[in-house]
Amino acid sequence: MISILKALWTVFVHLFKRKVTVLYPEEKPYIPPRWRGRIILARDPDGGERCVACHLCAIACPVDCISLQATEDEYGRRYPEFFRINFSRCIFCGYCEEACPTYAIQLTTDFEMSEYNRRNLVYEKEDLLISGTGKYPGYNFYKVAGLSIKGKDKGEAENELPPVDVKGLMP
Amino acid sequence: MNETLKYLLIVFGVLGVMMSIAAGLIWVERRLLGLWQDRYGPNRVGPMGVLQPLADVIKILAKEDWVPPFADKPVFMLAPAIIVITVLLSFAVVPFTPGIAVANLNIGLLYFLAMSSLGVYSVALGGWSSGNKYALIGALRASAQMISYEVFMGLSIMGVVMLSGSFNLHEIVEAQKRLWFIVPQFLGFVVFFIAGVAETHRLPFDLPEAESELVAGFHSEYSGMKFGLFFVGEYLGITLISMLITTLFFGGWLGPVLPPVVWFFIKTFFFIGFFILLRAALPRPRYDQLIRTGWKLMLPLALLNIVVTGGVILAAR
Ligand code: SF4
Ligand code: SF4
Repeated sequence: MISILKALWTVFVHLFKRKVTVLYPEEKPYIPPRWRGRIILARDPDGGERCVACHLCAIACPVDCISLQATEDEYGRRYPEFFRINFSRCIFCGYCEEACPTYAIQLTTDFEMSEYNRRNLVYEKEDLLISGTGKYPGYNFYKVAGLSIKGKDKGEAENELPPVDVKGLMP
Repeated sequence: MNETLKYLLIVFGVLGVMMSIAAGLIWVERRLLGLWQDRYGPNRVGPMGVLQPLADVIKILAKEDWVPPFADKPVFMLAPAIIVITVLLSFAVVPFTPGIAVANLNIGLLYFLAMSSLGVYSVALGGWSSGNKYALIGALRASAQMISYEVFMGLSIMGVVMLSGSFNLHEIVEAQKRLWFIVPQFLGFVVFFIAGVAETHRLPFDLPEAESELVAGFHSEYSGMKFGLFFVGEYLGITLISMLITTLFFGGWLGPVLPPVVWFFIKTFFFIGFFILLRAALPRPRYDQLIRTGWKLMLPLALLNIVVTGGVILAAR
Protein backbone atom coordinates (compact mmCIF):
# COMPACT_ATOMS: atom_id res chain seq x y z
CA MET A 1 0.00 0.00 0.00
CA ILE A 2 2.73 2.46 1.03
CA SER A 3 4.80 1.41 -1.95
CA ILE A 4 1.88 2.14 -4.26
CA LEU A 5 1.49 5.65 -2.88
CA LYS A 6 5.23 6.16 -3.16
CA ALA A 7 5.15 5.04 -6.78
CA LEU A 8 2.31 7.44 -7.51
CA TRP A 9 4.20 10.31 -5.93
CA THR A 10 7.45 9.53 -7.73
CA VAL A 11 5.68 9.49 -11.06
CA PHE A 12 3.77 12.66 -10.24
CA VAL A 13 6.97 14.55 -9.46
CA HIS A 14 8.19 13.75 -12.96
CA LEU A 15 5.66 16.32 -14.18
CA PHE A 16 8.21 18.99 -13.27
CA LYS A 17 11.33 17.16 -14.41
CA ARG A 18 13.28 18.18 -17.50
CA LYS A 19 11.99 16.38 -20.56
CA VAL A 20 14.34 14.23 -22.57
CA THR A 21 12.53 14.80 -25.85
CA VAL A 22 14.47 16.66 -28.54
CA LEU A 23 11.86 18.80 -30.31
CA TYR A 24 13.15 17.77 -33.68
CA PRO A 25 12.35 20.15 -36.50
CA GLU A 26 13.17 23.19 -34.36
CA GLU A 27 16.04 21.61 -32.51
CA LYS A 28 18.36 19.59 -34.72
CA PRO A 29 19.97 16.55 -33.14
CA TYR A 30 23.72 16.01 -33.35
CA ILE A 31 24.53 13.75 -36.29
CA PRO A 32 27.89 11.98 -36.12
CA PRO A 33 30.05 12.55 -39.22
CA ARG A 34 30.11 8.86 -40.09
CA TRP A 35 26.31 8.67 -40.09
CA ARG A 36 24.94 6.51 -42.88
CA GLY A 37 22.35 8.69 -44.60
CA ARG A 38 21.46 9.79 -48.12
CA ILE A 39 23.83 8.35 -50.69
CA ILE A 40 25.79 10.54 -53.09
CA LEU A 41 28.15 9.96 -55.98
CA ALA A 42 31.33 12.03 -55.65
CA ARG A 43 33.60 13.52 -58.30
CA ASP A 44 37.38 13.66 -58.63
CA PRO A 45 39.12 16.91 -57.64
CA ASP A 46 39.43 17.74 -61.35
CA GLY A 47 35.68 17.36 -61.83
CA GLY A 48 35.52 13.97 -63.53
CA GLU A 49 33.08 11.36 -62.30
CA ARG A 50 34.66 8.97 -59.84
CA CYS A 51 32.37 6.05 -60.48
CA VAL A 52 33.89 3.58 -62.90
CA ALA A 53 30.73 1.54 -63.23
CA CYS A 54 32.31 -1.59 -61.82
CA HIS A 55 28.98 -2.83 -60.37
CA LEU A 56 30.64 -3.79 -57.09
CA CYS A 57 28.22 -1.66 -55.08
CA ALA A 58 25.23 -3.20 -56.84
CA ILE A 59 26.57 -6.66 -56.05
CA ALA A 60 27.33 -5.81 -52.45
CA CYS A 61 23.93 -4.32 -51.83
CA PRO A 62 21.92 -6.80 -49.75
CA VAL A 63 18.58 -5.49 -50.95
CA ASP A 64 19.50 -5.01 -54.60
CA CYS A 65 18.44 -1.41 -54.75
CA ILE A 66 21.28 -0.12 -56.95
CA SER A 67 21.00 -0.41 -60.67
CA LEU A 68 23.47 0.98 -63.21
CA GLN A 69 24.66 0.59 -66.76
CA ALA A 70 28.35 0.89 -67.65
CA THR A 71 29.65 2.75 -70.65
CA GLU A 72 32.92 4.31 -71.79
CA ASP A 73 33.83 7.78 -73.01
CA GLU A 74 36.26 8.77 -75.76
CA TYR A 75 39.21 8.87 -73.32
CA GLY A 76 38.66 5.26 -72.30
CA ARG A 77 37.20 6.18 -68.93
CA ARG A 78 34.36 3.97 -67.81
CA TYR A 79 31.38 5.71 -66.29
CA PRO A 80 27.78 4.78 -65.56
CA GLU A 81 25.29 5.60 -68.30
CA PHE A 82 22.59 5.66 -65.69
CA PHE A 83 22.85 5.10 -61.97
CA ARG A 84 19.72 4.56 -59.97
CA ILE A 85 19.20 3.96 -56.27
CA ASN A 86 15.78 3.05 -54.96
CA PHE A 87 15.76 4.64 -51.52
CA SER A 88 12.46 3.10 -50.59
CA ARG A 89 14.39 -0.16 -50.47
CA CYS A 90 17.81 0.98 -49.28
CA ILE A 91 18.52 0.00 -45.68
CA PHE A 92 21.49 2.35 -45.32
CA CYS A 93 23.85 -0.45 -44.42
CA GLY A 94 26.80 1.23 -46.09
CA TYR A 95 28.03 -1.95 -47.82
CA CYS A 96 28.06 -0.14 -51.15
CA GLU A 97 30.45 2.44 -49.77
CA GLU A 98 32.71 -0.31 -48.42
CA ALA A 99 32.69 -2.13 -51.74
CA CYS A 100 33.44 0.85 -53.92
CA PRO A 101 37.06 0.85 -55.12
CA THR A 102 37.02 4.52 -56.10
CA TYR A 103 35.36 6.28 -53.15
CA ALA A 104 32.62 7.28 -55.57
CA ILE A 105 29.58 6.14 -53.65
CA GLN A 106 29.36 7.67 -50.17
CA LEU A 107 26.79 7.82 -47.43
CA THR A 108 26.21 11.28 -45.96
CA THR A 109 24.68 12.77 -42.84
CA ASP A 110 21.42 13.84 -44.49
CA PHE A 111 18.42 11.83 -43.39
CA GLU A 112 15.51 14.16 -44.20
CA MET A 113 14.30 12.35 -47.28
CA SER A 114 10.55 12.09 -46.70
CA GLU A 115 8.34 12.13 -49.78
CA TYR A 116 4.61 12.05 -50.34
CA ASN A 117 5.01 10.03 -53.50
CA ARG A 118 6.90 6.78 -53.29
CA ARG A 119 8.20 7.11 -56.84
CA ASN A 120 10.12 10.19 -55.82
CA LEU A 121 12.34 7.98 -53.70
CA VAL A 122 13.99 6.54 -56.78
CA TYR A 123 17.03 8.76 -57.26
CA GLU A 124 18.64 9.01 -60.69
CA LYS A 125 22.24 9.90 -61.42
CA GLU A 126 21.50 13.63 -61.62
CA ASP A 127 20.08 13.45 -58.10
CA LEU A 128 23.01 11.47 -56.76
CA LEU A 129 25.97 13.11 -58.41
CA ILE A 130 27.44 16.03 -56.48
CA SER A 131 30.02 18.50 -57.71
CA GLY A 132 32.52 17.92 -54.90
CA THR A 133 34.70 15.11 -53.66
CA GLY A 134 32.73 14.19 -50.58
CA LYS A 135 34.65 12.65 -47.73
CA TYR A 136 37.93 12.05 -49.56
CA PRO A 137 39.13 15.42 -50.87
CA GLY A 138 42.52 14.74 -52.51
CA TYR A 139 41.74 11.37 -54.03
CA ASN A 140 41.70 10.90 -57.78
CA PHE A 141 41.25 7.31 -58.91
CA TYR A 142 42.84 7.58 -62.36
CA LYS A 143 45.85 9.42 -60.93
CA VAL A 144 46.70 6.43 -58.74
CA ALA A 145 45.40 3.53 -60.80
CA GLY A 146 47.62 1.67 -63.22
CA LEU A 147 44.98 1.69 -65.88
CA SER A 148 45.86 3.58 -69.04
CA ILE A 149 43.41 6.09 -70.36
CA LYS A 150 43.82 8.69 -73.05
CA GLY A 151 46.30 11.34 -71.80
CA LYS A 152 47.81 9.04 -69.18
CA ASP A 153 49.72 5.98 -70.17
CA LYS A 154 50.98 3.06 -68.11
CA GLY A 155 53.58 4.05 -65.57
CA GLU A 156 52.54 7.68 -65.43
CA ALA A 157 50.36 7.46 -62.37
CA GLU A 158 51.47 8.75 -58.99
CA ASN A 159 53.96 6.52 -57.16
CA GLU A 160 54.13 4.29 -60.20
CA LEU A 161 57.37 3.12 -61.81
CA PRO A 162 57.63 2.89 -65.57
CA PRO A 163 56.56 -0.51 -66.80
CA VAL A 164 59.17 -3.23 -66.82
CA ASP A 165 60.43 -4.41 -70.19
CA VAL A 166 59.54 -8.08 -69.81
CA LYS A 167 61.63 -9.07 -72.81
CA GLY A 168 64.88 -7.50 -71.52
CA LEU A 169 67.37 -9.59 -69.57
CA MET A 170 68.68 -6.84 -67.28
CA PRO A 171 67.78 -7.17 -63.64
CA MET B 1 -43.06 24.85 -24.05
CA ASN B 2 -40.36 26.78 -22.28
CA GLU B 3 -39.83 23.86 -19.91
CA THR B 4 -39.50 21.44 -22.80
CA LEU B 5 -37.00 23.66 -24.50
CA LYS B 6 -34.96 23.92 -21.34
CA TYR B 7 -34.89 20.15 -20.92
CA LEU B 8 -33.98 19.60 -24.53
CA LEU B 9 -31.18 22.09 -24.10
CA ILE B 10 -29.93 20.29 -21.00
CA VAL B 11 -30.14 16.87 -22.62
CA PHE B 12 -28.25 17.84 -25.73
CA GLY B 13 -25.93 20.07 -23.78
CA VAL B 14 -24.93 17.19 -21.52
CA LEU B 15 -24.55 14.88 -24.51
CA GLY B 16 -22.37 17.40 -26.32
CA VAL B 17 -20.24 18.19 -23.31
CA MET B 18 -19.72 14.52 -22.46
CA MET B 19 -18.74 13.61 -25.99
CA SER B 20 -16.29 16.49 -26.19
CA ILE B 21 -14.81 15.61 -22.81
CA ALA B 22 -14.40 12.00 -23.93
CA ALA B 23 -12.65 13.18 -27.09
CA GLY B 24 -10.57 15.74 -25.24
CA LEU B 25 -9.44 13.10 -22.77
CA ILE B 26 -7.58 11.33 -25.57
CA TRP B 27 -5.33 14.36 -25.73
CA VAL B 28 -5.27 14.93 -21.96
CA GLU B 29 -4.29 11.35 -21.28
CA ARG B 30 -1.57 11.20 -23.91
CA ARG B 31 -0.19 14.56 -22.84
CA LEU B 32 -0.16 13.70 -19.12
CA LEU B 33 1.31 10.25 -19.70
CA GLY B 34 3.99 11.89 -21.79
CA LEU B 35 4.82 14.45 -19.14
CA TRP B 36 4.99 11.79 -16.45
CA GLN B 37 7.33 9.75 -18.57
CA ASP B 38 9.64 12.73 -19.21
CA ARG B 39 8.32 13.23 -22.74
CA TYR B 40 6.04 15.91 -24.14
CA GLY B 41 3.25 13.86 -25.68
CA PRO B 42 1.35 15.09 -28.74
CA ASN B 43 2.12 18.82 -29.03
CA ARG B 44 2.05 19.50 -32.76
CA VAL B 45 -1.55 19.64 -33.96
CA GLY B 46 -2.91 23.04 -33.02
CA PRO B 47 -1.77 24.99 -29.97
CA MET B 48 -0.17 22.57 -27.48
CA GLY B 49 -1.60 19.78 -29.60
CA VAL B 50 -5.23 20.24 -28.52
CA LEU B 51 -6.46 19.42 -32.00
CA GLN B 52 -4.89 15.95 -31.78
CA PRO B 53 -8.28 14.28 -31.07
CA LEU B 54 -9.64 15.84 -34.25
CA ALA B 55 -6.79 14.36 -36.26
CA ASP B 56 -7.33 11.01 -34.52
CA VAL B 57 -11.05 11.06 -35.28
CA ILE B 58 -10.51 11.91 -38.92
CA LYS B 59 -7.99 9.11 -39.18
CA ILE B 60 -10.19 6.58 -37.42
CA LEU B 61 -13.25 7.49 -39.51
CA ALA B 62 -11.25 7.10 -42.70
CA LYS B 63 -10.16 3.60 -41.73
CA GLU B 64 -11.71 0.57 -43.29
CA ASP B 65 -14.62 -0.65 -41.22
CA TRP B 66 -13.69 -4.29 -41.22
CA VAL B 67 -15.63 -7.17 -39.74
CA PRO B 68 -13.68 -10.41 -39.57
CA PRO B 69 -15.37 -13.19 -41.56
CA PHE B 70 -15.37 -15.53 -38.56
CA ALA B 71 -17.14 -13.03 -36.30
CA ASP B 72 -20.78 -13.15 -35.32
CA LYS B 73 -21.68 -10.10 -37.34
CA PRO B 74 -24.78 -8.53 -35.70
CA VAL B 75 -23.46 -8.98 -32.17
CA PHE B 76 -20.03 -7.82 -33.23
CA MET B 77 -21.52 -4.58 -34.54
CA LEU B 78 -23.79 -4.09 -31.54
CA ALA B 79 -21.22 -4.61 -28.79
CA PRO B 80 -19.31 -1.29 -29.02
CA ALA B 81 -22.54 0.66 -29.10
CA ILE B 82 -23.77 -0.90 -25.85
CA ILE B 83 -20.96 0.45 -23.70
CA VAL B 84 -21.36 3.98 -25.05
CA ILE B 85 -25.13 3.87 -24.64
CA THR B 86 -25.09 2.55 -21.08
CA VAL B 87 -22.47 5.02 -19.92
CA LEU B 88 -24.21 7.92 -21.62
CA LEU B 89 -27.49 6.88 -20.01
CA SER B 90 -25.80 6.94 -16.61
CA PHE B 91 -24.97 10.60 -17.09
CA ALA B 92 -28.69 11.29 -16.93
CA VAL B 93 -28.67 11.21 -13.14
CA VAL B 94 -25.48 13.17 -12.51
CA PRO B 95 -26.32 16.54 -10.96
CA PHE B 96 -23.91 19.08 -12.43
CA THR B 97 -25.37 22.02 -10.53
CA PRO B 98 -28.54 22.42 -8.47
CA GLY B 99 -30.41 23.30 -11.66
CA ILE B 100 -28.69 21.20 -14.30
CA ALA B 101 -29.38 17.49 -14.31
CA VAL B 102 -31.10 15.51 -17.01
CA ALA B 103 -33.26 13.53 -14.59
CA ASN B 104 -33.72 14.04 -10.89
CA LEU B 105 -34.43 10.38 -10.17
CA ASN B 106 -35.18 9.39 -6.61
CA ILE B 107 -33.30 6.13 -7.19
CA GLY B 108 -30.45 7.76 -9.09
CA LEU B 109 -27.72 5.75 -7.42
CA LEU B 110 -29.41 2.42 -8.08
CA TYR B 111 -29.95 3.47 -11.66
CA PHE B 112 -26.24 4.19 -12.03
CA LEU B 113 -25.35 0.78 -10.57
CA ALA B 114 -27.78 -0.92 -12.93
CA MET B 115 -26.39 0.88 -15.96
CA SER B 116 -22.80 0.16 -15.09
CA SER B 117 -23.68 -3.54 -14.74
CA LEU B 118 -25.19 -3.49 -18.20
CA GLY B 119 -21.92 -2.15 -19.51
CA VAL B 120 -20.32 -5.55 -19.01
CA TYR B 121 -22.52 -6.92 -21.80
CA SER B 122 -20.63 -4.82 -24.26
CA VAL B 123 -17.29 -6.28 -23.30
CA ALA B 124 -18.57 -9.83 -22.92
CA LEU B 125 -20.48 -9.82 -26.20
CA GLY B 126 -17.70 -8.06 -28.05
CA GLY B 127 -15.18 -10.66 -26.93
CA TRP B 128 -17.51 -13.56 -27.55
CA SER B 129 -18.62 -12.53 -31.02
CA SER B 130 -15.08 -11.85 -32.20
CA GLY B 131 -14.44 -15.56 -32.57
CA ASN B 132 -10.90 -15.10 -31.32
CA LYS B 133 -9.46 -16.93 -28.36
CA TYR B 134 -7.69 -13.88 -26.92
CA ALA B 135 -10.83 -11.82 -27.23
CA LEU B 136 -12.76 -14.57 -25.52
CA ILE B 137 -10.31 -14.79 -22.63
CA GLY B 138 -10.45 -11.02 -22.31
CA ALA B 139 -14.23 -11.09 -22.24
CA LEU B 140 -14.29 -13.84 -19.61
CA ARG B 141 -11.89 -11.91 -17.45
CA ALA B 142 -13.95 -8.78 -17.87
CA SER B 143 -17.12 -10.55 -16.83
CA ALA B 144 -15.59 -12.10 -13.73
CA GLN B 145 -13.89 -8.86 -12.79
CA MET B 146 -16.98 -6.74 -13.28
CA ILE B 147 -19.20 -9.12 -11.37
CA SER B 148 -16.90 -9.32 -8.38
CA TYR B 149 -16.15 -5.62 -8.25
CA GLU B 150 -19.76 -4.68 -8.87
CA VAL B 151 -20.70 -6.32 -5.58
CA PHE B 152 -18.70 -4.10 -3.32
CA MET B 153 -19.02 -1.07 -5.52
CA GLY B 154 -22.68 -1.18 -4.56
CA LEU B 155 -21.88 -1.95 -0.93
CA SER B 156 -19.28 0.78 -0.62
CA ILE B 157 -21.74 3.56 -1.35
CA MET B 158 -24.34 2.29 1.08
CA GLY B 159 -22.59 4.28 3.80
CA VAL B 160 -23.25 7.44 1.82
CA VAL B 161 -26.85 6.42 1.34
CA MET B 162 -27.27 5.78 5.05
CA LEU B 163 -25.76 9.13 6.00
CA SER B 164 -27.83 11.13 3.55
CA GLY B 165 -30.91 8.95 3.78
CA SER B 166 -31.51 9.04 0.06
CA PHE B 167 -30.68 7.40 -3.25
CA ASN B 168 -31.17 10.69 -4.99
CA LEU B 169 -27.84 12.15 -6.06
CA HIS B 170 -29.16 15.68 -5.75
CA GLU B 171 -30.11 15.14 -2.12
CA ILE B 172 -26.82 13.37 -1.43
CA VAL B 173 -24.98 16.50 -2.48
CA GLU B 174 -27.29 18.68 -0.42
CA ALA B 175 -26.58 16.47 2.61
CA GLN B 176 -22.87 17.33 2.31
CA LYS B 177 -23.39 21.04 2.92
CA ARG B 178 -21.77 20.81 6.37
CA LEU B 179 -19.19 18.11 5.81
CA TRP B 180 -18.11 16.31 2.66
CA PHE B 181 -18.67 12.57 2.93
CA ILE B 182 -15.00 11.91 2.29
CA VAL B 183 -14.39 12.46 6.02
CA PRO B 184 -16.92 10.08 7.57
CA GLN B 185 -16.84 7.71 4.59
CA PHE B 186 -13.13 7.53 3.83
CA LEU B 187 -13.16 3.75 3.72
CA GLY B 188 -16.18 3.80 1.44
CA PHE B 189 -14.39 6.25 -0.84
CA VAL B 190 -11.29 4.06 -1.13
CA VAL B 191 -13.33 0.97 -1.90
CA PHE B 192 -15.54 2.83 -4.36
CA PHE B 193 -12.55 4.31 -6.12
CA ILE B 194 -10.83 0.95 -6.53
CA ALA B 195 -14.06 -0.62 -7.70
CA GLY B 196 -14.50 2.27 -10.11
CA VAL B 197 -11.08 1.69 -11.63
CA ALA B 198 -11.90 -2.00 -12.01
CA GLU B 199 -15.34 -1.18 -13.41
CA THR B 200 -13.92 0.97 -16.20
CA HIS B 201 -11.18 -1.66 -16.63
CA ARG B 202 -8.50 0.97 -16.56
CA LEU B 203 -4.93 0.29 -15.62
CA PRO B 204 -3.88 -1.17 -13.23
CA PHE B 205 -7.04 -3.29 -13.54
CA ASP B 206 -7.06 -3.56 -17.31
CA LEU B 207 -6.76 -7.33 -17.31
CA PRO B 208 -9.50 -7.76 -19.92
CA GLU B 209 -7.25 -6.03 -22.44
CA ALA B 210 -3.83 -6.86 -21.00
CA GLU B 211 -1.67 -6.09 -24.03
CA SER B 212 1.27 -8.13 -22.83
CA GLU B 213 -0.72 -11.36 -22.68
CA LEU B 214 -3.90 -10.99 -24.73
CA VAL B 215 -2.95 -8.86 -27.76
CA ALA B 216 -5.64 -6.31 -26.97
CA GLY B 217 -8.08 -8.50 -25.06
CA PHE B 218 -11.75 -8.24 -25.87
CA HIS B 219 -11.26 -5.68 -28.65
CA SER B 220 -8.46 -7.49 -30.49
CA GLU B 221 -10.58 -7.88 -33.61
CA TYR B 222 -12.00 -4.38 -33.63
CA SER B 223 -10.75 -1.62 -35.87
CA GLY B 224 -11.85 1.72 -37.19
CA MET B 225 -14.73 3.51 -35.56
CA LYS B 226 -15.98 0.39 -33.74
CA PHE B 227 -12.71 0.32 -31.87
CA GLY B 228 -13.10 4.07 -31.44
CA LEU B 229 -16.44 3.51 -29.74
CA PHE B 230 -14.87 1.17 -27.19
CA PHE B 231 -12.35 3.90 -26.52
CA VAL B 232 -14.99 6.58 -26.20
CA GLY B 233 -16.84 4.25 -23.84
CA GLU B 234 -13.74 3.86 -21.72
CA TYR B 235 -13.16 7.61 -21.47
CA LEU B 236 -16.84 8.23 -20.79
CA GLY B 237 -16.57 5.62 -18.04
CA ILE B 238 -13.63 7.43 -16.45
CA THR B 239 -15.54 10.70 -16.58
CA LEU B 240 -18.62 9.08 -15.09
CA ILE B 241 -16.74 7.47 -12.21
CA SER B 242 -14.90 10.72 -11.52
CA MET B 243 -18.17 12.63 -11.50
CA LEU B 244 -19.74 10.13 -9.14
CA ILE B 245 -16.78 10.26 -6.78
CA THR B 246 -17.17 14.04 -6.82
CA THR B 247 -20.88 13.81 -6.20
CA LEU B 248 -20.84 11.12 -3.55
CA PHE B 249 -17.77 11.99 -1.53
CA PHE B 250 -16.55 15.46 -2.45
CA GLY B 251 -19.67 17.55 -2.23
CA GLY B 252 -20.50 17.71 -5.93
CA TRP B 253 -20.99 21.31 -6.97
CA LEU B 254 -20.48 22.67 -3.42
CA GLY B 255 -17.61 25.10 -2.98
CA PRO B 256 -16.95 28.74 -2.17
CA VAL B 257 -16.74 31.74 -4.53
CA LEU B 258 -16.66 30.01 -7.92
CA PRO B 259 -19.95 29.06 -9.60
CA PRO B 260 -21.18 25.52 -8.86
CA VAL B 261 -20.54 24.09 -12.31
CA VAL B 262 -16.91 25.22 -12.19
CA TRP B 263 -16.39 23.51 -8.86
CA PHE B 264 -17.98 20.37 -10.21
CA PHE B 265 -15.65 20.21 -13.17
CA ILE B 266 -12.55 21.13 -11.17
CA LYS B 267 -13.18 18.20 -8.85
CA THR B 268 -14.04 15.89 -11.71
CA PHE B 269 -10.88 16.70 -13.62
CA PHE B 270 -8.81 16.18 -10.51
CA PHE B 271 -10.02 12.59 -10.37
CA ILE B 272 -9.64 12.09 -14.09
CA GLY B 273 -6.04 13.20 -13.67
CA PHE B 274 -5.66 10.72 -10.84
CA PHE B 275 -6.99 7.92 -13.05
CA ILE B 276 -4.30 8.77 -15.57
CA LEU B 277 -1.64 8.96 -12.87
CA LEU B 278 -2.62 5.43 -11.82
CA ARG B 279 -2.07 4.30 -15.37
CA ALA B 280 1.30 6.00 -15.53
CA ALA B 281 2.57 4.64 -12.23
CA LEU B 282 1.23 1.21 -11.42
CA PRO B 283 1.92 -2.23 -12.87
CA ARG B 284 -0.88 -4.64 -13.63
CA PRO B 285 -1.59 -7.27 -10.93
CA ARG B 286 -1.97 -10.94 -11.73
CA TYR B 287 -5.52 -12.07 -12.34
CA ASP B 288 -5.80 -14.22 -9.22
CA GLN B 289 -4.42 -11.34 -7.16
CA LEU B 290 -7.10 -9.10 -8.59
CA ILE B 291 -9.94 -11.45 -7.75
CA ARG B 292 -8.47 -12.32 -4.36
CA THR B 293 -8.14 -8.65 -3.39
CA GLY B 294 -11.71 -8.17 -4.49
CA TRP B 295 -13.31 -10.90 -2.44
CA LYS B 296 -10.95 -11.19 0.51
CA LEU B 297 -10.07 -7.55 1.14
CA MET B 298 -12.48 -5.19 -0.54
CA LEU B 299 -15.70 -7.01 0.27
CA PRO B 300 -14.96 -7.28 4.04
CA LEU B 301 -13.87 -3.64 4.06
CA ALA B 302 -17.09 -2.55 2.40
CA LEU B 303 -19.14 -4.62 4.85
CA LEU B 304 -17.16 -3.26 7.79
CA ASN B 305 -17.83 0.24 6.52
CA ILE B 306 -21.56 -0.42 6.44
CA VAL B 307 -21.62 -1.94 9.91
CA VAL B 308 -19.60 0.86 11.49
CA THR B 309 -21.54 3.59 9.72
CA GLY B 310 -24.83 1.98 10.71
CA GLY B 311 -23.66 1.59 14.32
CA VAL B 312 -22.55 5.21 14.56
CA ILE B 313 -25.82 6.45 13.07
CA LEU B 314 -27.82 4.32 15.55
CA ALA B 315 -25.70 5.51 18.46
CA ALA B 316 -26.14 9.13 17.44
CA ARG B 317 -29.92 8.81 17.34
S1 SF4 C 1 23.47 1.45 -48.15
FE1 SF4 C 1 23.22 -0.76 -48.28
S2 SF4 C 1 21.14 -1.00 -48.98
FE2 SF4 C 1 21.64 1.13 -49.39
S3 SF4 C 1 22.39 1.11 -51.48
FE3 SF4 C 1 24.17 0.84 -50.17
S4 SF4 C 1 24.44 -1.37 -50.03
FE4 SF4 C 1 22.37 -1.01 -50.80
S1 SF4 D 1 29.85 3.54 -57.25
FE1 SF4 D 1 31.79 2.58 -56.87
S2 SF4 D 1 31.30 0.41 -56.62
FE2 SF4 D 1 29.53 1.38 -57.56
S3 SF4 D 1 29.83 1.07 -59.73
FE3 SF4 D 1 30.67 3.06 -59.25
S4 SF4 D 1 32.81 2.66 -58.85
FE4 SF4 D 1 31.80 0.70 -58.76
